[in-house]
This record gives sequence, structure tokens and C-alpha cells, in this order.
Amino acid sequence: MAAARVVAERPETGVGPNRLDFKTKILTAVVVLANVLGNFSLSWGMKHQAAKLADSPLAYIQTIFSPWVLLGTTLLILWFLARMTLLSWADLSYVLPVTSIGYVFTAFLGKYFFAEQITWQRWLGTLAIMVGMILVGLTTPNTTAEAREHGR
Amino acid sequence: MKWIMVGIIVGSTVLADLLQSFEMKRNVVAVDDLRPGRIGRLLGEFARRGPLILAVCFMAISFFAFMKLLSIADLSFAVPVTAASVVLETVLARLLLKERVNPLRWAGAFCVACGVALLAV
Repeated sequence: MAAARVVAERPETGVGPNRLDFKTKILTAVVVLANVLGNFSLSWGMKHQAAKLADSPLAYIQTIFSPWVLLGTTLLILWFLARMTLLSWADLSYVLPVTSIGYVFTAFLGKYFFAEQITWQRWLGTLAIMVGMILVGLTTPNTTAEAREHGR
Repeated sequence: MKWIMVGIIVGSTVLADLLQSFEMKRNVVAVDDLRPGRIGRLLGEFARRGPLILAVCFMAISFFAFMKLLSIADLSFAVPVTAASVVLETVLARLLLKERVNPLRWAGAFCVACGVALLAV
């Protein structure tokens, strides 16, 4: 029953429940991937940036236009747009934990590309975040009155 | 310095997300608006909404603080530790946005909080 409520047709979108449900999942994946890859690119660029950010405000601008940071910034803009759209379809208290799977991907990227030390506590923390994400993923994405008025 | 940056990131992220969620729920984005040819128009619409502009300002603060944090801390620390905002935002979503947070959702938020605490050890 909950799933049926979740994917109910929204008149303003003009699409059926199955298509909307599929699009929501795709958009969630875009949000996660854009965030993970954006943060990775940003971190890669920052690690290879010789200028110290504390030296001058101009160093920030110089850093922003370095290739990796630029790629990271572009991906984070994509993440921003996709996430805003997702927030119009689902609760904030749903979107945040469900997209937290990105933290797990980030931990793997940090370990394999930056050779960062990841202790067992951090792995356990990552596991806890995943469990939290799954629990929230079982709930109805949108519970607000406005959404119900739209039939979603 | 590291924890000051974390505080700035979490605080500004919470405000940005609350503003975004509030405003985006008022004007739902249609699936068709996500077509590549309509992205520009969508961006233009977003730029005319006051709460979203304010949200972007808070996100910018969070972004620059995050850049600073990345330069002084590991990526595997910097990204997960900012998940502290999840718990705070769940509480505020319940109180301010009137979202119905059921026990499963609270449990999920609690797990994320525990995860964040472990990551910060």
C-alpha cells in the first residue's frame, strides 16, 4: 500500500506512476553519482594544488579554475540541480539518508585513489550509515500535505 | 580549525536544505522540465525564487568551507563527518516542514548519527 501511495500519479507531471517511480530512482542515482564524483574531483584538485588557500583570497579563484576543481564544481552544480528536483518530489528527511550511500562510495574512492587510511571504526561508521539509508528507504518518500494534494 | 570548518559546513548546509525543501515543495518540478533543452529555463525559474537564492548563498558558504576542510583533512573524513547535518535536518524537517517522520525514519537517522560518530573517531 505504501508503495502504491509513493508512486501515485502526479497531475502536473503528466506521467504515470511507474514512469515517475523509475525517474525518481534514476534521479536519485544521478544525485549520488554527481556528488561522489564531484567531491572526488574536487579533492583530487585540492590535493594537487600547490597554492595555500590561507595565503590570499586570490588563491581561491586560482584554485577554482584548475581542471580537476572545475570538473568537480561542474559535477556539484549538476548534483545541486538534480537534488533540488528530487526535493520537490520527496521529503527532506527521506532524501538525505537515502542519498547517504554516497558516503560509502566516497570511502572506497578515498581508500583506493588517495591511499587514505580507513580504520575499522570508519568502516563500521560507513556500515551504520548504509543501514540508516536502508531503513529510511523503506518509508514513504513524501509525507507532506502539499504533496498529498498533488496526489503523490 | 578542522572542527570549526565542520561546524560552518553543517550549519550552512542545514539552512540551505531547509530553504530548498520548503521552496521546492511549493513548486514541484515536472519530469519534462528535466529534458536537456529545458534545463536553462529551469535554472532561470530557480534564479527568481528568493528562498532558493538564499539557499545558494548558504551552499556557497558551505562549499568554500568544504574546500578549506579538504585541504586540511582526508576526504574519507571530510565528506562523512558533514553527515551530522542529517540528524539535525530530520528533527527540523519534522518541526518546521511538518514532515511525518515515523519510527523507521528516526531509526535510520539514529544509525546515520552513529555512523558519523564512528567516522569522526
